[in-house]
Formats: sequence, structure tokens, C-alpha cells
Amino acid sequence: MKSSSVLQKILYALITIIFVVIFNYFLFRVLPGDPISMIMRNPKASPETIAHIRASYGLDKPWYVQFLIYMKGMFTGDFGTSFVYKKPVMEVIGPKLIPTILMLGIAEIIAIIIGIYLGVLSAWKRGSKLDVGTLCFSLVTYSMPTFWLGMIMVAVFCVNLQIFPIRGMTTAGAFYDSGMQYAGDVIHHLILPVITMSILLIGEYSLTMRNTLIDVLSEDYITTARAKGFKERYVLKKHAMPNAMLPMVTIIAINLGLVVAGAVQIETIFSWPGIGNLMYESLSARDYPVLQGIFLIVTVCVILANLITDLIYDHIDPRVRN
Amino acid sequence: MSRKSKETWETIRHNTMAMTGLITLGIFIIIAIFGPLIVPFDTQDYGTAADILLPPGNGHLLGTDDMGRDVFANLIAGARISMMIGALATLISMGIGTLIGISSGFKGGKTDLVLMRITDFFLVIPWLPLMMVLAAILGTSIWNIIFVIGITGWAGTARVVRAQTLSVKERPFVERTISLGAGNWHIMIRHILPNVFPLVFANTVLTAAVAIVSETTLSFLGLGDVNTASWGMMLHYAFECGATSLGAYWYYLPPGICVILVVLAFTLIGYAFDEIMNPKLKKR
Repeated sequence: MKSSSVLQKILYALITIIFVVIFNYFLFRVLPGDPISMIMRNPKASPETIAHIRASYGLDKPWYVQFLIYMKGMFTGDFGTSFVYKKPVMEVIGPKLIPTILMLGIAEIIAIIIGIYLGVLSAWKRGSKLDVGTLCFSLVTYSMPTFWLGMIMVAVFCVNLQIFPIRGMTTAGAFYDSGMQYAGDVIHHLILPVITMSILLIGEYSLTMRNTLIDVLSEDYITTARAKGFKERYVLKKHAMPNAMLPMVTIIAINLGLVVAGAVQIETIFSWPGIGNLMYESLSARDYPVLQGIFLIVTVCVILANLITDLIYDHIDPRVRN
Repeated sequence: MSRKSKETWETIRHNTMAMTGLITLGIFIIIAIFGPLIVPFDTQDYGTAADILLPPGNGHLLGTDDMGRDVFANLIAGARISMMIGALATLISMGIGTLIGISSGFKGGKTDLVLMRITDFFLVIPWLPLMMVLAAILGTSIWNIIFVIGITGWAGTARVVRAQTLSVKERPFVERTISLGAGNWHIMIRHILPNVFPLVFANTVLTAAVAIVSETTLSFLGLGDVNTASWGMMLHYAFECGATSLGAYWYYLPPGICVILVVLAFTLIGYAFDEIMNPKLKKR
């Protein structure tokens, strides 16, 4: 791997992040109307109060000073104060990270395993009922609004069958005798959001796996391997699979936008106390500092994840490496 | 019809996926155009307390919603609004994507570098938070929703169009036109655009699918226009009034199924076009 291309990729990612930071600043400041009217919804406030609030948010300074203060905040992790919680934005966002990572992490792992498995089987038995079934499943889940799937899950499993709790991460007001009991309760709440998220992802993963594997299976080296008299299963496992796995790495990174979108909707439906749900609530309350903070954190995470995938890809694909 | 377009039509006609998609889409377009004339719907026309959340039957084909309005009439009105938003947003996306793709590929150099950085930016940032933030800032009106969906969905098209432009640019007829002294705009519009157009068209279909899902999602999140009756707004109200807990399946199932059918139709057409235009895929 050439170090100059690595540096270039890191540089591009940095430029994109700086672009996001600047974009984020102007996005929330070029709003029509006075920011003051958004912070305080009391039209009868005295001029002194307005001037005081203006000064406390730094709005009395010229725009370039405001911009410098904002940039300084970005580097020191100071994203301002929430309108609703009256706390620093980072303190509002911080506790919401773990539930989201927990939910998304488990869902991603399940989706990758099932997606690869279904994709391999479909490519292996092309045109079979399983292949057609997987394709139909992928197309329908792709066309389905995520939150709607969540609503159906709630209607079937929480309301009709009453197997799973409707909302939250733990049962409200519950006492736990042991850590195990607490973990059990969380898992019970976790199952439906995770299943919904996995369904959303499995279609894309299995279709990608199927199509690349079919491509790989038509390559000359597979014919050679077969001609050598290797068993089909061995050819698939040792010759085809390792090459077909490469695009999977990319598709997981490309899908991050979908995962974030899914998290916002699924957490809203199941009231899962994560970043997505916080984003929905901040949106309803027009809590702009929190909204801005989440937008920035999520975007930077996705850019970094893309960069890392790009670098990993370079490392594991010998053709790119040289 | 020329021989070539006749041939293409024959291929499409024998492609089950393409035909299923085209027929489904055709039905929905007819409903969107003529439906509201036959089954009128007014968002403000609330029923009485006795009309709230009635199950299907009793003069209401699909029952009523939590404000006593007819779900079926709302669904028909929603077809028009949702598909109009989808179509206009797609038009904006395609316009921006084609313009940036062609300029970037044709001009090359610094223009290309800058435009492609901007494209990458739009490709990499998670689209839903961006849309949510934009829609929240601009305010909830149907035109803002169209603008927000249009402005966020063009990056993929720009990339594809740029790649195609790069290859068209190298063909002899473009070189000849340049040596005849034609201006950049003339070459881009008269010679390159017609050659990238089939690709733009195939992308339009897939972008339209995304645009309709985006409208539904934004409306569901409370960013829709309260004065319009889109499928997304129906689902928003259904969620807000707790239709899932109340067992009012006639309220939340139909709009979702309609969204799936329309998006599926677009996806099938896009998939089939890909297969027809890309002979390598066909042989596999």
C-alpha cells in the first residue's frame, strides 16, 4: 500500500469533515428570523432580558467572532446548551450513545451473518425457490418504509401476541434483584428493534453477496479449480468465498446512511432511548443545538467509518495494495 | 417508431419484471390523476364523534381515521400528493445531478476536482439527518419538502453521468465539433446530453423510488405539510393516535402497502432497465 494514497484518503476525509463543520455552522445561522425568537418564545420579554440572552449566546458579537467561538467549541467538545434540557449538548447526547451502539451493533452482526448465508445459498442454487424468495424479500424490504415495518412489528408482537414490551429499554419502575435480571429485561426490550433493523439490512447484504458470488463463480480460476477435481463445496469455500467477501466490506460502509436512517425511525417507534430517538424529540421541540450536535457527531462518525473501510479494503485486497 | 426503439420495446414487453412495474405504476398514475375527481377529499372535513376510527364497511370502504375522515378517500388524495412530491423532487435531483455530472466530466481539471468533492460530501453524509435538519430549518411546507428531497438526492446520478461524459468526450464526433469551434455549452447540451440521457433515465427511476420513501419518512417524523393528505401524513397521524395499539389496521396498513407498491414498481422498472441496457448482466 502506497503511503501517499493513504495520506490522500485521510486528507480528503479531513476536508470533508471541515466542510461539514462549516456547513453545519451556516445551516443553523442562515435561518430566516432571529435566533432569539427560537430560544425564547415569550413575545413580552423586556429589551434588557433579550439583550442579556443575546449576550449569553454570544449573538451580540460580529459574525466572524461568532464563527471563531463556534470553531473553538468544535475542537473542545463544547456544542452549546440545549434549549430544552438547559444542559450542555454533550451531556444530553452522551448517555444516548450506548443504547444506540448496542442496538445497531447486534443488528448489524445478525444481518451480516444471515445476509451472507442467504446470498451464498442463492448464488449456489441459482433460480431455485430459495433464490427467487430471497430476491423478492430483498425487493420488498427495500421498498418498505422502515418505521412502517416497526409499526407492523408492534401491532403483531406487542399488541396482538403480547410477547414483547412496546416501549423503552427497561420496564418502567421495575426493581432488579441481580444484574442478570436487569440484562434479561434489556434483552427482552431489545429483541424487536434488533429484528426490525436486521430485516432492513439483510435484503441488501444477501443480494450483494449473491451477485458478487455469481460473478466470481464465472471466473476462469474457478473453472480451473473445478477442472483440478476439487469438490464443489471446497471450490466455493476456498476459492470463491474469499474473493466474494471483498465487496461486502464496501457495502457495509455504503449502507451506513441507511443504518442511521433506520435507527432514527426504529428508535422513534419503539421509544428506544438512543441517539435516533433523541434526534426525533429534538426535532419536535425544535431544540436546534442538540439537533446540530447530533448531526455533526453522526456525520463525522460515518465519514470516519468510510475512511476506515477504505483503508481496510486497500489492505485486504492485494490487487489494490500493489 | 424507429427499428431500434421497436426492438427495445419488444425486450421490455417480454421482461416480466419491467411489465409488472410499468402496469402497477400506470394504475397508480391513473388513480393519482382521476381518483380525486371521483372520490373528493378535504383535510379539514372532520367527521362527528360517532365517525371516529370506524372499521371498514358502513359506507366507508376502508373505515375512518381518528378525526372521522374517510381512509379510502384520503388514500386516493394521498396518491396524487405523494407521487407529485416524488416526481418534482426527482426532477430537481436529476437536473442537478446531470448538470454537475456533465460539467465535471467535460470541463475536467479544477472544476472536476471541486465538483466531485462536493458530490462526495453529499454521498457520504447520512441523508436522513441532513433532510431532517434542512426541513426543520426551512419549515414545513410541501415545496420545502420537495426542495429538501431534491437537493439531497442527486450525488449518485452526478457520479454516473460524469463517468459516461468522460467516455463520450473522447469520441471522434465531439473532437470534430470542438475543432469546428463550437462553444462548451453547445457541445454539452447538443452532443453530450443526448448520449448520457439513457443513463439519466435509468437513474431517474431509482431516484423516484427513494424520493417517495423519503417523503413518507419525513412526513412521519412530523416534517410534512399538515394541510396536505400524503401517505406519509396518514401514517404520521396513525402513529400519533396510537392506531397500532387500538388495532385500527385499516388506518395504518393501506398507506404503507401503497408506498411499497409504488416504490416496488419503480425498483422493478429500474432493475429491468439495468438488465436490458447492460448486456453483461443479461448473459450471467
